[in-house]
Amino acid sequence: MKTSIITLLFLATFTVGIAQTPQERGIEIAKAAETADLGFGSSTVAIKMTLKNKNGQTSERYLENKTLELTEDGDKSLIVFNSPKDVKGTATLTFTHKQGSDDQWLYLPAIARVKRISSNNKSGPFVGSEFAYEDLSSQEVEKYNYTFIKEEGSNLIVEQDPVDPKSGYTRRLVTYNKDKGYRIEKIEFYDRKNALLKTLTYSNYKLYKNKFWRASTFNMVNHQSNKETLLEFSDYNFEVDLAEEDFSQVALKRAGS
Amino acid sequence: MKNIKKNHSDKNTFAKKWATFVIKYKWPVVILSILLAMGLGSQGNMQFDGDYHVFFSESNPELEAFDALQDTYTKDDNIVLVLAPKNGDVFTKENLIAIEELTAEAWNTPYSSRVDAVTNFQHTSAVGDDLYVDDLSYDSASKTASDIKEIRQKALKEPLLVHRLINEKGSVTAINITVRLPGKDSALEIPEVTAATREMVTNFQEKHPNFDVYTTGLVPLNTAFFEYSEKGFALVGIMVLVVLLLTLLLTRNFFAMLSTLLVFMFSFMAAFGFIGLMGIKLTPPSSVFPTMILTLAVADSIHILITYLQKVRKEGYDKQDAIIESIRLNFMPVFITSLTTVIGFLTMNFGDVPPFWDLGNIVAFGMTMAFLFSTTFLPAFMAILPLWKRKKGTQEAAVQKISIYAQFGNWVIKQPIRLTVISLVIIAGLTYLSTLNQFNDEFVEYFDTSVKFRQDSDFINENLTGFYNVEFSVGSGESGGINDPAYLTKLNQFEDWLNEQPEVVHTNAFSEVARRVNRSMHGDNDAFYRIPDTREEAAQYLLLYELSLPFGLDLNNQINVDKSETRVTATLKNNSSPEMIAFSERAENWLKNNAPEAMHSIGVSPTLMFSKLGFRQADSMFNGNIVALILISLILMIALRNIKLGLLSIIPNVTPVIVGFGLWWLYKGTINTGMVIVFGMTLGIIVDDTVHFMSKFLRARRELNYSAKEAVIYAFETVGKALVTTTIVLVAGFSILSTSPFALNSYMARITLIIILAALIIDFILLPSLLILLSKKEQNSIQ
Repeated sequence: MKTSIITLLFLATFTVGIAQTPQERGIEIAKAAETADLGFGSSTVAIKMTLKNKNGQTSERYLENKTLELTEDGDKSLIVFNSPKDVKGTATLTFTHKQGSDDQWLYLPAIARVKRISSNNKSGPFVGSEFAYEDLSSQEVEKYNYTFIKEEGSNLIVEQDPVDPKSGYTRRLVTYNKDKGYRIEKIEFYDRKNALLKTLTYSNYKLYKNKFWRASTFNMVNHQSNKETLLEFSDYNFEVDLAEEDFSQVALKRAGS
Repeated sequence: MKNIKKNHSDKNTFAKKWATFVIKYKWPVVILSILLAMGLGSQGNMQFDGDYHVFFSESNPELEAFDALQDTYTKDDNIVLVLAPKNGDVFTKENLIAIEELTAEAWNTPYSSRVDAVTNFQHTSAVGDDLYVDDLSYDSASKTASDIKEIRQKALKEPLLVHRLINEKGSVTAINITVRLPGKDSALEIPEVTAATREMVTNFQEKHPNFDVYTTGLVPLNTAFFEYSEKGFALVGIMVLVVLLLTLLLTRNFFAMLSTLLVFMFSFMAAFGFIGLMGIKLTPPSSVFPTMILTLAVADSIHILITYLQKVRKEGYDKQDAIIESIRLNFMPVFITSLTTVIGFLTMNFGDVPPFWDLGNIVAFGMTMAFLFSTTFLPAFMAILPLWKRKKGTQEAAVQKISIYAQFGNWVIKQPIRLTVISLVIIAGLTYLSTLNQFNDEFVEYFDTSVKFRQDSDFINENLTGFYNVEFSVGSGESGGINDPAYLTKLNQFEDWLNEQPEVVHTNAFSEVARRVNRSMHGDNDAFYRIPDTREEAAQYLLLYELSLPFGLDLNNQINVDKSETRVTATLKNNSSPEMIAFSERAENWLKNNAPEAMHSIGVSPTLMFSKLGFRQADSMFNGNIVALILISLILMIALRNIKLGLLSIIPNVTPVIVGFGLWWLYKGTINTGMVIVFGMTLGIIVDDTVHFMSKFLRARRELNYSAKEAVIYAFETVGKALVTTTIVLVAGFSILSTSPFALNSYMARITLIIILAALIIDFILLPSLLILLSKKEQNSIQ
């Protein structure tokens, strides 16, 4: 009993002694999450996107996503649209950057041309969904300032303030699960007037290669418009072994046609 | 005189017993009255609702269609801030910086979902082979003079901006803030948005005094409704003063004034409790209920008080006998007029405009309570109060006054045929004129030019764009079909057709987006400012364009989720309601005649909803009015115990309304929704005149065996003063209402004024003439 009290006191002093600011703790968690996901190399996945309006009317889109992990700069990704029919074969190629704006191209099969997407705007809705492009792009640590808020069981809640002034958000409240490789359980998005705009809930997590947690379902609910978008991921493949040349403008054209 | 009294003593035994009972238990009656009024009053709860939706019943088809459109796209209530720089040029560095600043600030408006300004307009251009979409003026502080010149040029030839967010000269610009009100409690949400907007504007003007700022939009409209509900309610203060003064003048007795005040206060408290118990939220039309109850309650009290004072002052009754006699004489007429008034107000429930249901029900309840208090509390309270002093002078004056009415009666009975013919000719002429009135419910014009909202909206209409609009959801018939070139071409034609219409100030259609993106995809070559050639091209350009738009400036307000329908918005200059409806029908017909069936669409918008409101209200009130007329005529037949006179009473009851609307055509020519209810409302009130006059006429004929002419004189002598007095009170009450800056209330009050005056004139000229002529016929046929 006595020893435990002493231990407690000791621990308390120790904790105070090395007390981090909430900012330091925040960034530490973000980095831990990044580290936990390090080394997946590349992956592919099929996505079904379901848009739902206030009255429950739905509309579906099918996409394919390829991701290449990079450490010196942000990840590269390629998304191919399989439906609706009108845009079948349309594909986007994105180079995320740790510093500055991302680069993005779109391949349009109708005119067989690659067009660069103006990179200033990334806060708009992605193909009419409740996801903004910035919600879907690779989550590089450098894109936010962090403040640790609180700990709830195994969940760590961190506030993230976007660095980019053109972001649609003032802040995001991100819930990390420290026992499950710092995977993200939930994100709450606050709009420019700091009102709760959307909640993104990750569910049906699966562990791949015994290290990488991937949610099979992303559900984004817009509290202001009462619209919803559901992303369902299937056929995760971590064995594709993609390379840089799979993420070039030539590859973009090829992916689409 | 003694004769009359004896003859009457066996009549009206119920009223007499009632009065005797009330006087016997005067203290319990007074205390119970106070408890009842306070008990009901304590349930009161005053809440105001300014949301323009309150004017539409849930089953209103225009509201349903509009809500469906808002569900498909986005629900947009807006605030338009119009900025007019004093130097007359929006495009200076300083001004652009200020606009950019205010735009950024506007994103902080509660519930805002979108902010459109000239600076954050998403301008598309071709840069090399790429599509570039960016704010028209981002970071204006860093712009050079030539940059700003270029921005000005781009803005002033931009079809999505000119006449919407900037005028042709570039001297006036607007920031449109779209808010998505949760709609949980509009009584809280709207003031919250308004307070924030006002603060923002005040701060902006302090910092940038070189700008004039004007505010309009649907939220300010709601706010104006909201604030004029409160103001309408406040009118009752002035009204109470005027009525008290009038009562004092007419009765020359302080206690009479005091008891009138108390009867009104109790009736008001009861109505206030009714509002709380029923959970009614007050709106501009229903917020005038205190004035109405006051006016009508005072009329009840005055009948009783004037008879009482006459009996005491002129005929030497003691206090108690005078009270009993007054109740005996007035119970039936007061009961009948209360009943008919209540019926009249209740017919408002037949209409299609919920605020008038509330008004009708509140006033009907208040009137019932006013009747109760006038016949219980009033006599009991008078029995408690000391006896009034008698003044010699007063007596003489009263005698003289009566002779004025008798003289007038003599004048009438000399020439009944002539007066009838003249009256009928005038009435016929005015009846014709009354049919020429046209409905007009322009919500901007609900407010007169003393109201800031009206001034600002007028400025915006004259200098920038229109406040009225009509929207169409144009379908393609299939998922993703909005990218079909056939659909887009037809949509483009519809857009062009709309732009050609003289009423249209601006058109916003998706075909414009398709054209501009196509152009930018072809190196900004104007030859490609047209619909893309293939469906795939259109769909893929759209995808690219959508990926390039920033937060809050997406196309969700214009395209549905399934990409099967788009929204077309035509902004119009101020038009009258018939013109709005005609325009919308023209556009609907254009689609029917020129486009495939999937593209047919019904025009919807708040403007259109208000435009159709008057017609809808008139249609639905028509049945209500017929029911009221039948019921009230039946009541009169029973009360007068004479079918023929009951039927005759329809003439003096109906003609004042017709005459009123005939005169109204000479005065204004247009009528609004607020005026549709006046038939039912005034019917109840003007029956008062007819009932009193006819019942006295019949009494003289039956009980005194007077000739028709003598009976008319008798009726003039006995009720002439009371009718003039109540008319004065009613006229005073509605005059005060008629000063309201809110046209739904002021027009209604003005037409009521005309009708009440017309009723008195008709009851004093046409009614006695008809009574004499009708009796002559009877006599002739007997002979």
